[in-house]
Amino acid sequence: MSIESISYIINTLYAIFAMTLIIFMVPGFAMLEAGIVRTKNVTAVLTINTLIYAIASLSFLLYGYSLAFGEFGSETMSKWAAFLFQMAFVGKVVNIMSGGVSERAKVIPLMLFTVIMASFLYPLIVNITWGTNFLEGTPFELSMHDLAGSTVIHSTGGWALLAAILIIGARRGRYTKEGGIRVIPASNIPLVTLGAFLLWIGWFGFNGGSVGSIASKENADLVALTIMNTNTAGLSGAIIVAIIMQIVYKKLDLTMILNGALGGLVAITAGPELYDIYTPIFIGAFGGCLVVIGVSFFDKIRIDDPVGALSVHLLNGIWGTIAVGIFASNGEDITLLGQLKGILFIGIFAFVSSYVVLYIINKIMPLRAGNDEEMQGLDVEECGIEAYPEFKRAF
Amino acid sequence: MKKIEAVIKPFKLEDVKEALAQSGVTGMTVSDVKGYGRQQGHSELYRGAEYVVDFLPKIKLELIVADEDVDSIISVIIESAKTGKIGDGKIFVSPIEKIVRIRTGEQDEEAI
Repeated sequence: MSIESISYIINTLYAIFAMTLIIFMVPGFAMLEAGIVRTKNVTAVLTINTLIYAIASLSFLLYGYSLAFGEFGSETMSKWAAFLFQMAFVGKVVNIMSGGVSERAKVIPLMLFTVIMASFLYPLIVNITWGTNFLEGTPFELSMHDLAGSTVIHSTGGWALLAAILIIGARRGRYTKEGGIRVIPASNIPLVTLGAFLLWIGWFGFNGGSVGSIASKENADLVALTIMNTNTAGLSGAIIVAIIMQIVYKKLDLTMILNGALGGLVAITAGPELYDIYTPIFIGAFGGCLVVIGVSFFDKIRIDDPVGALSVHLLNGIWGTIAVGIFASNGEDITLLGQLKGILFIGIFAFVSSYVVLYIINKIMPLRAGNDEEMQGLDVEECGIEAYPEFKRAF
Repeated sequence: MKKIEAVIKPFKLEDVKEALAQSGVTGMTVSDVKGYGRQQGHSELYRGAEYVVDFLPKIKLELIVADEDVDSIISVIIESAKTGKIGDGKIFVSPIEKIVRIRTGEQDEEAI
């Protein structure tokens, strides 16, 4: 067998392995959200996560992939493996958004948005960054370096979430008329922990697979470095948040520590293959700080985001993309200005297009559950199945 | 016949049960309850925001005793449930009109 076909096989195998790891993020998001919401909304959240995976992936197969990449095809691996790898990302964009509107968003309107996002909006963003790039040669051409999607995936999901929260509003009773904040605590911390770690594991495929090829000594090194740096940023994100929580609040809030780890992972995603092995410690730690600041900030301005997705994905997506411009600028294809331009351009497109689409969907079919339904919990009305029927809370 | 209801700290249940069993009490009913008195609620922290838990978890135990045993049982409960700190709970005593043991049909004192 020729070297060429061996590397083709290895790359195919590797892409399918990476894709499998990324799909672990489906239960990752599902468990994290199921643990953070109240018991009365758990089935609804899980149903949304399940359908997002199914609908987003199928939409990408039917429309999205060709819009982003043209025809099915790859020279370095099986074209089906190349598709599967890209398909694994799509649902994540919507997952990021759906988590932040949990406990009040209805399932079906969210699925309509999933179809639009996975068929058109996200593929357009991929087209101008990783894909065939219809802007090539125009003044709008982007030079942003974003290996696995700090901006393309995480910020895009974050901008869509911001648009959704502005339209749908906060959970009932979350903010009082007198300006107070009412806390709605997580229902199941073990599930939050399991979900966060499934996401963390998924990230190794998310970033590692994005290097594109593992079938040479150089590429194998690059993939391993990418995964190592990815992991490091998660570690320092968790540690810095634990330290801040202990110093500022005197409590080691695990939900925040896990958010800190995820924030670090988002931040490293734009360029884990570009850094030495120590820079990610700083990038992840700064990402963790952003999570702590972001969660209180969004609460203060009454943007109700139960899972902290805006802080984890939007803020850190932006930070991670800037970080590439700061720590890995080479003055040619990677520049701070090029990074900022990408953030701004994609940010505006993602926010405005999501807002318009959600606004229209909301007019046709309200995104928000009725007051009674929200009080009773979405599980019964939307799904007919309670997550924990044997545990009734009388108070 | 009197009913004694005692609301106590959950972690004191074992001690109280032991003490009551030693003083001859043969049965009781316990339930998980929530409430507040002078202890008020307490504040907890979640994702950097403080919030007040108004109703604290307590255990309520109910037992029926003969009139002459009321005082001794009350002092057994006080002794075994007391920590001296706020939130130790309360004891309520009320008269009981009638008791029936379902299995045998025995009534009142015989059914205690």
